[in-house]
Amino acid sequence: MARIFAYIVHKGGIADDSAAELVAAARKIDSAATPTAVITGWGADLDAVCETLRASYSEVWKIANEAPAYPNAELIRQALVKVVPSGGIVLVPHAHFGIDLSPGLSIKLNSAYVSDVLGIDGIDGDWLKVVRQEFGGQVSAHVRCDVSSGAVINIRPGAFKPQDGTPANGVVVDKSAEVGTLAAGRRYLETVVAEAGDVDITKHAVLVSVGRGIQEKDNIAIAEELADVLGAAVSCSRPVVDAKWLPKSRQVGSSGQTVKPKVYMACGISGSFQHLAGLKGNPFIVAINKNPKAPIFQVAEVGIVTDMLEFLPELTNKIREAKGAAV
Amino acid sequence: MEILVCVRRVPDTSENEIQLNSAGNDIERDDLVYSVNEPDNYAVEEALQIAAKAGGNVTVVTVGGDDDEEVLRREMAMGANQGVLLSDKVFDGSDGKGIATILKAFVQKNKYDLILTGIQAEDGGAQVGGMLAALLDYPFASLVNSIEILDGKKLKVGREIEGGNREMNEIDLPCVLSIQTGINEPRYVGMRGIRQVASVEIPTCGASDLGVAAGTVGEAGAKVKRTDYFVPAFGKGAEILQGSQEEIIDKLIELMKAKGGMN
Repeated sequence: MARIFAYIVHKGGIADDSAAELVAAARKIDSAATPTAVITGWGADLDAVCETLRASYSEVWKIANEAPAYPNAELIRQALVKVVPSGGIVLVPHAHFGIDLSPGLSIKLNSAYVSDVLGIDGIDGDWLKVVRQEFGGQVSAHVRCDVSSGAVINIRPGAFKPQDGTPANGVVVDKSAEVGTLAAGRRYLETVVAEAGDVDITKHAVLVSVGRGIQEKDNIAIAEELADVLGAAVSCSRPVVDAKWLPKSRQVGSSGQTVKPKVYMACGISGSFQHLAGLKGNPFIVAINKNPKAPIFQVAEVGIVTDMLEFLPELTNKIREAKGAAV
Repeated sequence: MEILVCVRRVPDTSENEIQLNSAGNDIERDDLVYSVNEPDNYAVEEALQIAAKAGGNVTVVTVGGDDDEEVLRREMAMGANQGVLLSDKVFDGSDGKGIATILKAFVQKNKYDLILTGIQAEDGGAQVGGMLAALLDYPFASLVNSIEILDGKKLKVGREIEGGNREMNEIDLPCVLSIQTGINEPRYVGMRGIRQVASVEIPTCGASDLGVAAGTVGEAGAKVKRTDYFVPAFGKGAEILQGSQEEIIDKLIELMKAKGGMN
């Protein structure tokens, strides 16, 4: 069985949730697997993360290097190529860093690459069997990957639940000397923090959230009116921001805001995992969508298969009437 | 600046419900509406804006068959100077690395300062750009949502990271960038524009033109293969409210009240 490695994403001395999820994913490949954590970074933050990883990994390969103190995938790829043995299977969380790192890493390791894996059905000879989603999650696909010369597998965050286990009490192995100097044609400059918006959607208990189904900018008013009668705020999914119909600060999702409402009305939103990643705290989700196959119906409590542009104004009127009667 | 943009023709998910075929091994492909992969339009728009500022040409390229010519023409109607179709029987069944290998061969036959791709295809893995860069030993950045030309040798690029934050990088040319949606507003293409490029000849290159060895691409070279499509059984899913619109609204209002959605 090939040796399995887990690339650890971390920030401010704390390992990302994916660190534990990758152990669970490794055990789906091989139930007896004891994956090796590989981590790059610098200084006290790096040492702090290594220490916590000892609980879940029997071996932690530490690569201390000042060059990628900020995680520049171009530099880290070079470091990994130097330490990962041929035939190794490398698991990486599929987020902005993994998307940057893994395709090129697989080329340099001369191994196979599968992105955004959310299920693993085990190994059959040289072929690892995994599950992906395509077309925005409307259908899933079984995919086979020849791992005979190793593989880089990007794992969807949240798809594998960490398991309780006996503490691994692992050892930290310093691999820094094997890596040497790193330099790349891409240099990190700074991180520009998102501007605060006119409305803070993270503070609202009820969100009327609109997606591609809103169809045009003028229709945003339909959602605003419903939000007004509900005492809610209007949020949105990515296509609405891409079209410049609402500012970025209103976007729910992994590249937008993380929200924790009590009630989330997803109107004309298909429900991609990047969108759902921004939805925490187990809200009551109402999905309104014309397409009965939209993935949002898999996670919603209540669904209405209809055109939101007709439905929302009616709903707004009814609520207004009901409120009027109650006064 | 000579710019290459790699594009793809995909089923348009805003126009189609994607469903399984009756055999359950593929999606139902009859009557599908195809269009340019959405992020690729942003990549072409960005290339056109850079060429307008810095001078030079924009070439669009795709790997596929005769049906794929239409997406090249659409991007030429946007303003790309030329389109090239990379087509050969031995390319069929290529995985991401196979496509990147074909594109690498094309890039090496020509000279480009900047290569753009869309971040991801509807049925793809956000992988070809990063693989192409590694095969060419060019620097790479993914999820790019801003580009500024620093001089003839460098760009300043922003990457979309978590929480709406933007990671700024300096990157040497030539390089490969995968473009995130929202970086610009792709220009509208009307029927008139399409008609103007309808009869422009689109050159086609095959494996021998590119010097691509058959075993390294296509089904034969693929280490990653899709076995079938399926629709997974998810938990219980949503309770779909039934009845007249009025009944549905009444029911929904009751539920919203119970869950604290009405104050």
